[in-house]
Amino acid sequence: MTSSLREEKAARPAASDDGRIRYARFTTPPGPGPARAVLARVTRVLDRLDGDDTRLFDAPGPRGRRRIAVATVASLVVFALLAAAAVRQFAAHGQLDPAKWQLFAQWPVIRYLLVSLWATVQVTVVSGLIALPLGALLALARLSGNSLLSRFAALYVEVLRAVPLLLLIYAFLLGLPAVGLRLPLFWQLVWPIVLTNAAVFAEIFRSGVRALPAGQTEAAHALGFGHWQCLRLVLLPQAVRQTAPALVGQLVRLLKDSTLGYVVSFLELLNAAKVLGEFNHSVIQSYLVVALVYVVVNLALAHTATRLERRLGNRRREPGPGTVATP
Amino acid sequence: MDAITSHPDVFGHGLLMSLQISACTFVLAAAIGLLLAVCRISPVRPLRLFAAVYVSTVRSVPLLVLLALFVFGLPEIGLVYSLFWTVVTAMALYWAAFLCETVRAGVRAVPVGQTEAARALGMTFGQVLGSVIVPQALRCTVQPMASLLIAVVLNSSLAAAVGVTQELTGQTVLLDQQYAQPLVTFGAAAVCYVLITLAIGRTAAVLDRRLAVLR
Repeated sequence: MTSSLREEKAARPAASDDGRIRYARFTTPPGPGPARAVLARVTRVLDRLDGDDTRLFDAPGPRGRRRIAVATVASLVVFALLAAAAVRQFAAHGQLDPAKWQLFAQWPVIRYLLVSLWATVQVTVVSGLIALPLGALLALARLSGNSLLSRFAALYVEVLRAVPLLLLIYAFLLGLPAVGLRLPLFWQLVWPIVLTNAAVFAEIFRSGVRALPAGQTEAAHALGFGHWQCLRLVLLPQAVRQTAPALVGQLVRLLKDSTLGYVVSFLELLNAAKVLGEFNHSVIQSYLVVALVYVVVNLALAHTATRLERRLGNRRREPGPGTVATP
Repeated sequence: MDAITSHPDVFGHGLLMSLQISACTFVLAAAIGLLLAVCRISPVRPLRLFAAVYVSTVRSVPLLVLLALFVFGLPEIGLVYSLFWTVVTAMALYWAAFLCETVRAGVRAVPVGQTEAARALGMTFGQVLGSVIVPQALRCTVQPMASLLIAVVLNSSLAAAVGVTQELTGQTVLLDQQYAQPLVTFGAAAVCYVLITLAIGRTAAVLDRRLAVLR
């Protein structure tokens, strides 16, 4: 679908070209200059970046094109003004002082950030590795014929999805010592994340199984498969395939959840930013740099998710309004 | 048990504060998100690009990072206003990105024929958007909006982590430190959150059934 839109867009200028364009082409020196190739490339990249919602409007006429040009210039001016205002605000309070930024080019600071990024990754990976099988188990329990098991799983999933992670973290932080249990800081952060995310993973798995056509189950039963055989050999392999992008998307959420280490003073990336900022009097710079790191890591993960989606080839399913990734 | 029975007001105020934060955040986020969505599908390239970059960037920043940046960072460049509104602004800017994507998905769910018919009737872009696409798009985004609202309510607890301790999670922690009855205090708070979530979910289901566009 995407490719057909692209072709249409590419075909449009040719169809609507008037004398001016031909004249321009006539006067340009032979052989496409590198500038034009660069321009075409930039346009392609921009096209990929800003999505394909162009089907909402016709190819604009002369008046429409003029209006769009005016709006383009106006919006560029507004963005420039906003950027200028931001820079001025930063400069007026001495936050553009090179010393405050050069800090992040020094190896000790970079190493400190890398170590804390490693801690963030550790929290993410460890909680993902525990939460994923736990979620699968919960989904299996919920799909099992046993009403007691499935009720318990349903209750767990519904409650844990409706309780804020922060509340759970505080409960572990303040509640466990009260009953005489002492966990290391790392696990005090990981367990609440595991418990909430297992519920989310369970829902992802279950929706994956439920999205499969009923014919699959019926066919398996007709072939004499039992409930578990059907689940193990027919439904689960397909469900895992279909939900793989959603699972990777959930990993992004897990990574974001790990910032709550800030609350339990576990030294992950956000907490490191706080320490750096307070120590070097570069609060806003540290948070901005760390935000940038999160953006880079998460965009890489999201990119993996889209590639996975393309490779697993469920392109035939048009994403509905309900499939937007919730935070 | 007396931790709660003797302090119903503390708990009530916490709940009220949480709801206040969530409501303000959601309304503000809806306004910004709608604006972003319009930018995202407009024919003006800089606007479209800005919205696309905004959405993908903000969606990959953890909310707590954004909150810390606003609450501790903005005073550094001389922007100081009340803590409540600082927190609400940060949250609204964060959720606006998700809201924009929800609205856009809704817009994409409106059949192309609707747009074409409206254009054939001679409507302008604004008219097409305002009286044909957006009303239909909003109707089929009821459920995703509800799950966003639930996420907003649950994540309003993060306000406690940056100093707005008057809200439900913050109040629970304070009560727990006073009475040291974690099971009771945290249990009660959890029940509150579950009830709010259930209420939103049920309302959304009813609304969805009423408003659904039959195709």
